[in-house]
Amino acid sequence: MTDKELGFVRRYIFSTDHKIIGIQYILTGFLMALVGGALAMMMRMQIAWPGRQWGFLEALFPNGMAGGIMTPEFYISLVTMHGTIMVFFFISYVLVSGFGNYLIPVQIGARDMAFPFLNMLSYWLAALSALVMLASFFAPGGAAAAGWTAYPPLSAIASAVPGSGLGQTLWLLAMALFIFSFTLSGLNYIATILSMRAPGMSMWRLPLTVWSYFVSAVVGVLAFPPLTAAAIMLLFDRHFGTSFFLPDGLVVAGEHLPHQGGTPLLWQHLFWFLGHPEVYVLILPALGVVFDILPAFTRKPVFGYRMTAWCYLAIGALGMIVWGHHMFVSGMNPYSGEYFSIMTMVITIPSAIIGVNMLGSVWGGSIRLKTPMLFALGLIAFFGTGGFGGIFLGNATADIQLHDTYFVVGHFHFMIGGVTLLGTYAAIYFWFPKMFGRMMNETLGKIHFWATIVAFYSIFLTQHFIGLAGTPRRYYAFIDYEFLAPMRGMQTFVTFAAFVMGAAQLLFAVNFCWSLLKGRKAGVNPWRATTLEWTLPSPPPHGNWTGELPTVERWAYEYSADEAEEDFTGQTVDASSVPVTF
Amino acid sequence: MADDNSQGRFEAIAVGLLFMVLAVAMVALGSRDWLPELASRHGAGVDKMLVYLLVTTGAMFLVGHFVLGFFVWRYTRGGGVQNRMASPKMERNWSIALGLLMTLVAEGGVLAIGMPTWTEYFASAPPGDALTVEVTPEQFAWNVRYPGADGVFGETDSSLIELNNPIGVDPEDPRGKDDYTAINQIHVPVGRPVRVRLRSKDVIHSFFLPQFRVKQDAVPGMTIEVWFVPTKTGRYELPCTELCGLGHYRMKGFFNVLTAEDFETWKSETFAAEEVG
Repeated sequence: MTDKELGFVRRYIFSTDHKIIGIQYILTGFLMALVGGALAMMMRMQIAWPGRQWGFLEALFPNGMAGGIMTPEFYISLVTMHGTIMVFFFISYVLVSGFGNYLIPVQIGARDMAFPFLNMLSYWLAALSALVMLASFFAPGGAAAAGWTAYPPLSAIASAVPGSGLGQTLWLLAMALFIFSFTLSGLNYIATILSMRAPGMSMWRLPLTVWSYFVSAVVGVLAFPPLTAAAIMLLFDRHFGTSFFLPDGLVVAGEHLPHQGGTPLLWQHLFWFLGHPEVYVLILPALGVVFDILPAFTRKPVFGYRMTAWCYLAIGALGMIVWGHHMFVSGMNPYSGEYFSIMTMVITIPSAIIGVNMLGSVWGGSIRLKTPMLFALGLIAFFGTGGFGGIFLGNATADIQLHDTYFVVGHFHFMIGGVTLLGTYAAIYFWFPKMFGRMMNETLGKIHFWATIVAFYSIFLTQHFIGLAGTPRRYYAFIDYEFLAPMRGMQTFVTFAAFVMGAAQLLFAVNFCWSLLKGRKAGVNPWRATTLEWTLPSPPPHGNWTGELPTVERWAYEYSADEAEEDFTGQTVDASSVPVTF
Repeated sequence: MADDNSQGRFEAIAVGLLFMVLAVAMVALGSRDWLPELASRHGAGVDKMLVYLLVTTGAMFLVGHFVLGFFVWRYTRGGGVQNRMASPKMERNWSIALGLLMTLVAEGGVLAIGMPTWTEYFASAPPGDALTVEVTPEQFAWNVRYPGADGVFGETDSSLIELNNPIGVDPEDPRGKDDYTAINQIHVPVGRPVRVRLRSKDVIHSFFLPQFRVKQDAVPGMTIEVWFVPTKTGRYELPCTELCGLGHYRMKGFFNVLTAEDFETWKSETFAAEEVG
């Protein structure tokens, strides 16, 4: 069916076209990022100037900012909702669902996903879950406030904290919907990649982006459903008197509770069985897109293609069995701590190999410093920084001091904040011309890059040191503790850097909208890249290939081959014309 | 596409310097105030682990950033640079080299430095002469109990918890008659192992003594023991590090480490003066 036969609604709203669905995810994700980012700014204001009056915020949040002063319960709602929105509703939507949907079919030579209707359903479930999550803000008592990890009993007992009333219920429902949607789309990814590849597109000819989405989807499909089960169990604990996560003898706010026989540790195991693999679900696609972007801007093949794909698989498998490193001081048996410590350190090996492969891909190239390349280079640096912080936290002995401090905040922001954010931006600047047929503005893009990377280092590298000093996270204010007094100046510095970071993202939004309407027209292949999507018109029509499907003749990164006429050779170019280097 | 290359000289230097200098400068600036002064014996092991990691991963951090910065600066230039292609052998060798390096640094650190400290303090029984203190946090205070002269805690029952019996000590139990309770104040002698017996009344809290490198969650329904040896006298702050509700940030206790004589004096003055039941 071509575009012309469909009405506006079927074409752009209830569309089954994977490209439209991808763009829907991307736009939804960025809207959520605006919310999540604004929450972060409010948190940083409170940390730098605890208890100061901000009159203009009272109109927006009459309860949480009564009299313009933030209440402690509102602060922990901000912490909770910022984390949840950014991890699940921004990075997941834009990078995993958005670009995954957009890129997989066009990169493997398929007309659409394996199950286009299911794909549309996934998006609308995801949109619904985002709405339910936002509704949490309007619940009596305020939004969920038990942290993005929602540890019971805090999340299980309505009297434990104001937000653990209806706000927490909505949070749990939204998470269950999110995982349901994510599982559907993960199955779709796996089916598409395994069964819809164009003739000649063997697994070892897939771009690394597709490899990363494949592993990410497998990990997601295996690791996420336990949290749906856990969320339902927690809803039962909250509303129907069960005690999966609640032991006997609880006395909250002077009230004796009738629960017996459960344990809060069960939730932690189930949560981190999702929570840790989630990190890899998000990071692998960021690494994947960067391996596609680097060769286009160095004009040479990626370094260590096969090894990188194997490392994805290794990280995916290992990522499923190390969740306990979030629980070293949880009261779990200390001997399991030793197991989780040793296994976690094993992950550093494939991660280091991926790191050296990214560096190797830059080595000896003819680098063009376009905006997507800048973000890709930034990602390499962040991957190192975040990875090294992970070695501290995965080590049980070091984690005694660092657990639940700002060191953790700094570390995971480099990993699931920074690596994924830079991967997302690299992907947007790179594929924007394909998606919308126009180029993004380079000057604005470069300012965006510089402000983002300098501010990001200032915020989150600094937080590592604030954490080493023992600063606990999720604190409304640090005024009561003498041993934290030396850190106050650094906290204020972080807040200023956070505002720079926030302003830079608004600049990106301006660039995005302006380029959408006024950007320079892009041709079919503005970056002169090799993968299949660059043979399609920009933007590609519904169904992608109007005629026959392409036949793939060679691997994904044939740049600067000796006997080729140009410095790149697309995957569909007849194999007899130049040697196939892989 | 020659135009792509000619514009890049200044920018290449800027981006190269970014990776080479900026990150390094931040580390240098940030590392002034790290780690509060040490006041426990096993803390030396934790610090050794942290220093080992800071040195090894710090070196890799610097080298990694420097190499990236150098590559950007070196390989961004106008005119036909001949691309250097990697041979499969080179790719394999670098993977093996990095794999080995990470195995050595990461696993080596865990096994050689980390595990001995971890095992001694978090997976072994405390010495026989340890002083036992029970800490039962609630929103938002630390209930502290000493077993008294008989060295045995009386039974507790959460159904007995009320305003003036915050942890539900059973008044019928003779062993509990001499138990001494306090709020937000822990007193211990220096140099003697302290066994902290952690419970919780309501939600998860976390017992954190930054100067002692001690952190352990207090989980409702569980009794978790952690032990350590204070090596320095003083009055130390005890923050909570597991999000426990709106008062989480001001759930402050004090950990007072006294000399042996001062501790005996404190004990004889306070234990006798106040008994439960």
